[in-house]
Amino acid sequence: MEAFEYARPASGKEALELLGGSFADSEILAGGMDLISLMKNYVLSPKRLVNIKGISEFSGIRSTQQGLAIGATTTLQELIEHKTIAADYPGLHQAADAIPSPQIRNMATAGGNLCQRPRCWYFRNGFGLLARDAKGNPLVPGGDNRYHAIFGNDGPAYFVNGSSLAPALIALSAQARIFSANGWREVAVADFFRTPRNDNERENVLQPKEILGEIVIPSASKGLRTSTYEVREREALDWPLATASVALKMSGNKIEKASVVLGYVAPIPWQAKEAGDWLAGKTLNEETAAKAGEAAVQGAKPLSGNKYKVQLARVCVKRALLAAGRA
Amino acid sequence: MSDHRSNGSGNGPGNPGKADNANPENAKPEKGVSRRSFIKGAGVAVSAVTMLREGLLSPTAAAADAKVAGPGAIAMTLKINGQAHKITAEPRLTLLDALRNNLDITGAKKVCDRATCGACTVLMDGKAIYACTLLAIDAQGHDLQTIEGLSAEGALHPIEAAFVDHDAQQCGFCTPGFVMAAKSFLDAHPQPTREQVTKGFGGNFCRCGTYVGVREAVLDAAGRMRGGRA
Repeated sequence: MEAFEYARPASGKEALELLGGSFADSEILAGGMDLISLMKNYVLSPKRLVNIKGISEFSGIRSTQQGLAIGATTTLQELIEHKTIAADYPGLHQAADAIPSPQIRNMATAGGNLCQRPRCWYFRNGFGLLARDAKGNPLVPGGDNRYHAIFGNDGPAYFVNGSSLAPALIALSAQARIFSANGWREVAVADFFRTPRNDNERENVLQPKEILGEIVIPSASKGLRTSTYEVREREALDWPLATASVALKMSGNKIEKASVVLGYVAPIPWQAKEAGDWLAGKTLNEETAAKAGEAAVQGAKPLSGNKYKVQLARVCVKRALLAAGRA
Repeated sequence: MSDHRSNGSGNGPGNPGKADNANPENAKPEKGVSRRSFIKGAGVAVSAVTMLREGLLSPTAAAADAKVAGPGAIAMTLKINGQAHKITAEPRLTLLDALRNNLDITGAKKVCDRATCGACTVLMDGKAIYACTLLAIDAQGHDLQTIEGLSAEGALHPIEAAFVDHDAQQCGFCTPGFVMAAKSFLDAHPQPTREQVTKGFGGNFCRCGTYVGVREAVLDAAGRMRGGRA
């Protein structure tokens, strides 16, 4: 990797002073699980790293008036071991606990999990965020796209978002709290992600001098039945091929309201609104869960090599729903 | 995260990236020179290359200036196996390279160098981490333990003894990482189930495929560490 300047500020305000005006100037370092490898591969070569691990405003898990606030620098292991999260938000706990490597769980952070760069081997091998050839033509549609998007893939982005936590957080209507010179602003985690239109944009709404400081699960989401189900190629050290996180407001065995969010199938965490809408008013059972899975993949448009992911997504939704019902 | 995992990374299109001139272990040893002494020599050349990079981010405020380290070498102190070690290195140096190249503590192995294989596993404050993906500068102020610090010279830790007894290695290159992962795992799970053992080692790869032996060794070591069998 290229040489860089390094700073470890003690406060959010100090961190903002140290961040540069463009993404090429500086990157925010926390767990470093994604960033350091991208720098070793020269995909990213920031001039400065600003380590936010020591900043207390961005750390720890605490109850606030709004709900449960998870500091961005909370490690995945801390999140997994948190008793309230395990008891009240099993869908989120499962999403974190399924990340296979203990070493990664000890190092990686909640904020970093949301901000990690896309899963796309073209991007990670130096072909740019939108993976185009020298003439500007996209490489993914005619290339090896077995792990690419089946939703939201009309271009120019074909990669998948690689956050395991995001679908579970979106199902819980969580808010991302972003710190900048103007103070804190809030954006729904669902709106935190966006599909970049050019190579200079990023996959989320953060600007160069903004920091994702914490994630808040609103108190109103307590009592929802949640679950995350994922399918992966192997149990060790890899990302899932598809996941589904669901949150259900139940009245007895009847679903009043449902949120279904798919992971690893689109450039952003993918909200399967059709499935959620269809489930409202239904009784949760094997048949309705399967039909919700059908509804969730209605709009899928697989690429040449990833049709199998449609079936995985369908099954993830069904099994996540049934698990949430049993919880 | 890395080029070695299947999903969205490994076996993909060719890498148009630059040669890694910050990675002396990629260099080819010369005849008559030991590998490690050659690596140390190559390190000097690496520093010279670093000096040439210009256009680093200028500090935005005088107050910030004092808080910025690098890009050149700075003094660092690493507490490894209970002993403080001083090195002078750039912020880009990883803990793994600091251990192996600066301090000759070579138990932790460099294999993927991308937080993917577990061969570099060491303990930081008792927790297993990937030394390849932690900057040395960030490892300061923490208690680091490598396999060299697991037991006294010449003696085997119960985990190491169990690995020997269960043939839990073939080529042995992943073994130090597995043993350190086992130490962290058994400290947290003194009476593990077989299922917990399987899940607990999802961060380490053995390409010889000795997983069965590793699992047996870990279960056996748990008993030995509880005093069931010395």
